[in-house]
Amino acid sequence: MHVISELFSDYPIFGAFKQTIYLTLLSAVFALLIGTVVAVMRVSPVRVLQLIGTGYVNIVRNTPLTLVIVFCNLGLFVQLGISLVDPNSPTSIDDNNFRLAVLGLSVYHASFVAEAIRSGVNTVPLGQAEAARAIGLPFLKTLRHIVLPQAFRGAIAPLGNVLIALTKNSTVASVIGVSESSATMKDMMENRPDVLFVVFGIFAVGFVILTLPVGILFTSLSKRLAVKR
Amino acid sequence: MSAGVLFDTPGPRSKRLYAAVGVASVVILLLILWFVLAKLDDKGQLTAAKWKPFLTGEIWTQYLIPGLLGTLKAAAISTVLALVLGVLLGVGRLSAAKWIRWPSSIVVEFFRAVPVLLMMLFAYALYGHYETFPADQIALAGVVTGLTLYNGSVIAELVRSGVHSLPKGQNEAALAIGLTTGKTMRLVLLPQAITAMMPAIVGQLVVILKDTALGYIITYEELLRKAEQIGNFKSNLLPALIFVGALFVIVNYLVSLAANKIEQRTRRRGRSAGGPLAPDQIDQAAVEVAAANANQANTGQPGF
Repeated sequence: MHVISELFSDYPIFGAFKQTIYLTLLSAVFALLIGTVVAVMRVSPVRVLQLIGTGYVNIVRNTPLTLVIVFCNLGLFVQLGISLVDPNSPTSIDDNNFRLAVLGLSVYHASFVAEAIRSGVNTVPLGQAEAARAIGLPFLKTLRHIVLPQAFRGAIAPLGNVLIALTKNSTVASVIGVSESSATMKDMMENRPDVLFVVFGIFAVGFVILTLPVGILFTSLSKRLAVKR
Repeated sequence: MSAGVLFDTPGPRSKRLYAAVGVASVVILLLILWFVLAKLDDKGQLTAAKWKPFLTGEIWTQYLIPGLLGTLKAAAISTVLALVLGVLLGVGRLSAAKWIRWPSSIVVEFFRAVPVLLMMLFAYALYGHYETFPADQIALAGVVTGLTLYNGSVIAELVRSGVHSLPKGQNEAALAIGLTTGKTMRLVLLPQAITAMMPAIVGQLVVILKDTALGYIITYEELLRKAEQIGNFKSNLLPALIFVGALFVIVNYLVSLAANKIEQRTRRRGRSAGGPLAPDQIDQAAVEVAAANANQANTGQPGF
């Protein structure tokens, strides 16, 4: 027990997990927004939009996240000079890396969100859309008032899986110098090779604590909110 | 509900509207493309010197092919080990004996909750500290360990839901003709479960292939690392990243196509008793299978 309290006082473990949580929540919001738009494009009646949506999902889903994040930093920032912060602020490098990581995580997970929502659309019975059209609603209104609200409720379980994956995947942000949990763990392992198992144990338990309640919450939500048919 | 029924067959007015929206989105897409290309050109990223190297044999023999081999090697070893571990853990979770079932469940849940990257970093540090492997193999061992533990537990879940999806009669019939529980599992349930789950298991290959890129972080010589080296060598980092990204997309897309093919074939032959279930059969097991399928095969697994 002595070692654990020592590690906690020597290293910013809580700060690292706070960073992980920030990364996760911010990226989750953006991924949900982008993903919803892509899902709508894929179910829209316009062929070009369908193709763009499908192309996005197929390309992004088959690219490794590590490459996406490295690209955001080395490609967008270093090579093209695209910065997401005011370059004069004192914390511009850290902030920029953080925002680029959020960008990469959002873009990557948006494709999974889009597929989750599309699978949610598939749970909505045919009659719902037919009824909506029968009372004269156009496509967008059918989607907004009838199909999407039911689709989101049907998609809660897969969306929960995406959120859990996003939580774990946020560790990749360490590759562009965001000091979240995996970066801190790596740092600790380099300095304290005598207690490798303890260090790994701390972070592993941290992630179990982060992901387990999310899983339970989303499972119960998906049961409670599912449209009873 | 398929996407196509969200809207009516368009009449003349809708047709014009859809065409207009289509044209507008093409224009917007082209504008974005033009903006990106202009930006790239502006920074001198479109010159022949930066893109030509990919046509030379040197880049392929020195960088791309070794990188691809590194990626495929790590993925292949991990796949085999993950399959073995997955079947063992999956059967373990289904075991009638508490002392096998509980530890298997804990192991599976634990390795699914912990990020692959953390396991890789830990394994890498561990092997480095205790000098378990020769120095030049440590990174590979780290990558393989992380991938095996994570994907092994995912496959264990697939095996488990595959067995759950089988009609109850299969188990009862096997026991009725006098097979032991072990033989029932090995000769009757497992082969059918694995057939039913084959598309999802092949789909998992994409996840393993993508996850090898995490090896970049622990200095494993795979495609992404090679892209960086090409960038340093020819000072064309951006083109190198784009090119390697395209390679990844192509390889993974082919694997997903294979997964879909296998799924279609399984469905057509109706070989698996655990195939698509009728709506009235939907119970917890079916929901699990559907979730696993939706997660793995259709929506893909959000691996790294």
